Amino acid sequence: MSSENGKRLLETDAGGLNFEATELTLGLPGEPRVTSDGGAKLGSKRGFSETVDLKLGDNNQEVKLGHSLQEAAKSPVSKTQVVGWPPVRGFARRGKKSCKYVKVAVDGAPYLRKVDLEIYNSYQQLLTSLEDMFSCFTIRNYLNEKKIDQVNGIEYMPTYEDKDGDWMLVGDVPWQMFVESCKRLRLMKSSEAVGLGLKTAPKYSSTN
Amino acid sequence: MNYFPDEVVEHVFDFITSHKDRNSVSLVCKSWYKIERYSRQRVFIGNCYSITPQRLIARFPGLKSLTLKGKPHFADFNLVPHDWGGFVDPWIKALAKSRIGLEELRLKRMVVSDDSLELLSKSFPNFKSLVLVSCEGFTTDGVAAIAANCRFLRELDLQENEVEDHRGHWLSCFPESCTSLVSLNFACLKGEINLASLERLVARSPNLKSLRLNRMVPLDTLQKLLMRAPQLVDLGIGSYVDDPSSEVFSKLKAVIQLCNSIRSLSGFLEVAPCCMSAIYPICENLTFLNLSYAPGLQGNDLTKLVQHCRKLQRLWILDCIGDKGLGVVASTCKELQELRVFPSDPFDAGNAAVTEEGLVLISAGCPKLNSLLYFCHQMTNAALITVAKNCTNFIRFRLCILDPVKADPVTNQPLDEGFGAIVRSNKSLKRLSLSGLLTDQVFLYIGMYAKKLEMLSIAFAGDSNKGMLYVLNGCKKLRKLEIRDCPFGDVALLEDMGKYETMRSLWMSSCEVTLGACKILAKKMPSLNVEIINESEQLEFSLDDRLLVDKMYLYRTLVGHRKDKPEYVLLL
Repeated sequence: MSSENGKRLLETDAGGLNFEATELTLGLPGEPRVTSDGGAKLGSKRGFSETVDLKLGDNNQEVKLGHSLQEAAKSPVSKTQVVGWPPVRGFARRGKKSCKYVKVAVDGAPYLRKVDLEIYNSYQQLLTSLEDMFSCFTIRNYLNEKKIDQVNGIEYMPTYEDKDGDWMLVGDVPWQMFVESCKRLRLMKSSEAVGLGLKTAPKYSSTN
Repeated sequence: MNYFPDEVVEHVFDFITSHKDRNSVSLVCKSWYKIERYSRQRVFIGNCYSITPQRLIARFPGLKSLTLKGKPHFADFNLVPHDWGGFVDPWIKALAKSRIGLEELRLKRMVVSDDSLELLSKSFPNFKSLVLVSCEGFTTDGVAAIAANCRFLRELDLQENEVEDHRGHWLSCFPESCTSLVSLNFACLKGEINLASLERLVARSPNLKSLRLNRMVPLDTLQKLLMRAPQLVDLGIGSYVDDPSSEVFSKLKAVIQLCNSIRSLSGFLEVAPCCMSAIYPICENLTFLNLSYAPGLQGNDLTKLVQHCRKLQRLWILDCIGDKGLGVVASTCKELQELRVFPSDPFDAGNAAVTEEGLVLISAGCPKLNSLLYFCHQMTNAALITVAKNCTNFIRFRLCILDPVKADPVTNQPLDEGFGAIVRSNKSLKRLSLSGLLTDQVFLYIGMYAKKLEMLSIAFAGDSNKGMLYVLNGCKKLRKLEIRDCPFGDVALLEDMGKYETMRSLWMSSCEVTLGACKILAKKMPSLNVEIINESEQLEFSLDDRLLVDKMYLYRTLVGHRKDKPEYVLLL
């Protein structure tokens, strides 16, 4: 923890309190980077193709940076990052919903991704995000509407592994219950799902 | 009393249980000192560095229960670096070597290792109770040793500890012969546990009164546990998620109706709001409700629940309950003594969950209120003055405005008058935490009126040394003073050095105290340890006396410098 602003500050201003003393520079040394969309989306996910250039390990740093800068932009004096403030123990456990990262596997993809289910409010949002993430594939959505991929004519069924270890079709249970019980996601090639006889669509609409 | 034989005096002392009273008794005369020390069973040590285990053992050979506290309070907020100290190991080693028949150990903010736990579990055949609060340094292996070796264990209470979870089936280590459990709290553990072992353990513990589960215990297990233990008085629910139309949920509803001894409810570490209705039948009898770890409940859910809790005395809740929700609390919970409102999103200033309005409603509706911890987005002098009119019984008043130097948003004034009103009308106040924009004036009030104050926490407040001096001069009962980011310096620190011998400790960080002043203090007061925490990356700690000290922690001690200090601590 560097303390260039730490060997303070007898230069208090007239107000008696020097805000610079409590202001910590956010993020990495050098110019703070701004994400391309101004950091507006928490945990802005990169598209599949962009991941190739991604430096592993910088990932979280950049995401946090985006969020923090967005927060700083809101308030003129960035007090959001004062060490030890607010004085609440374990606030990372309280209040903040635990971020629920689950692995996402796509049949045929060389490696997996992870998504934080807590940032979505509905199946539609999740599936749209997955489509963005794996932009070369398309996903059969929860309403059982077919979406054929232009390129290779393959469609995928979103499935997930629940707490009991069973593989379930995404979309049957209320969204929140799904978030609680989902351990990992798999986009299964529809050809494998042949024979499951899925005639009825899942019960819940996108408004859940 | 001098004409009574020792046994009679000792018998009288049996009725004196408070630590303060027993300490006073021991000072009366040599004879009483002797009788008291041989008969003392419970000892409380507020700062583990104020005395050595050897001296403790020498003085109190009959010791059965020991309470130890380690790190300073601000360690909770990451202001104390890792490895600062507070190791319990030397204590356990010394006690193990001695003939002390330890039965109970309660630790707060200490570093505990698996080896220590194992030694503890093997050294004291009558060991009954282990309570660890805000500790760290151990894993579930250490917990397993306690479970396996303490044959008469009654209480294993782990509160808010940082425990490395090895998922090593620690629960299965309780032998089948262990049937003595009264209290089991593992809510802070993050890993999975063997659910079948847990069920069997609960089934063979007829005296179990308190059970707090972690989030890995699902609802169907909860239902089975409650079937086995309908006599529970204190329940902490782990995961509370299910489909309300399921059979398991119906069973749960039925069994909860049988649990009419439950007075304290906490947890809900994972929760589906639609399942909360099953809890309503036991709400009528609750005296303590802690929903501060239940982020899945929204304001409406909380309000609906609270409406059933007419007998509530203590409520810990998240600020998403909102001012309106607090209004419901105020009109429902007439027995309320303690309220804690925690921030659900400490960094989001945009979402004003509770404000001064909620607090005013509570103060008007809850005449027995005596303890408050309130995180809010804003506060006004007018509100505090109203609260002070409504409530004159506060023992603890801790207000945290999330924006550290926020003024009264209506008048743009500092909050001096508001806090002044609080201390003026609450003559029994023992603990106070301040926040918001504050000048020296508030400290003048505190020094004038807070005559019973024992602990004061200050951050980003005051204008000059006068502020700190008002407090040091006026608060005769002050024991703990912790200050961060205030313009208090050498003049205040050195004015009355003897004062610190009457206190347990003083913490000052990011203030204006120089190294030179700390040196003077340390030299003049050998009964104090003056510690400087220096975290800068300079390998050579500059010994320029004019250097402002980043963090200073001083405490009274009978045993001089501690031997276990890390490199970055300078002991003067």
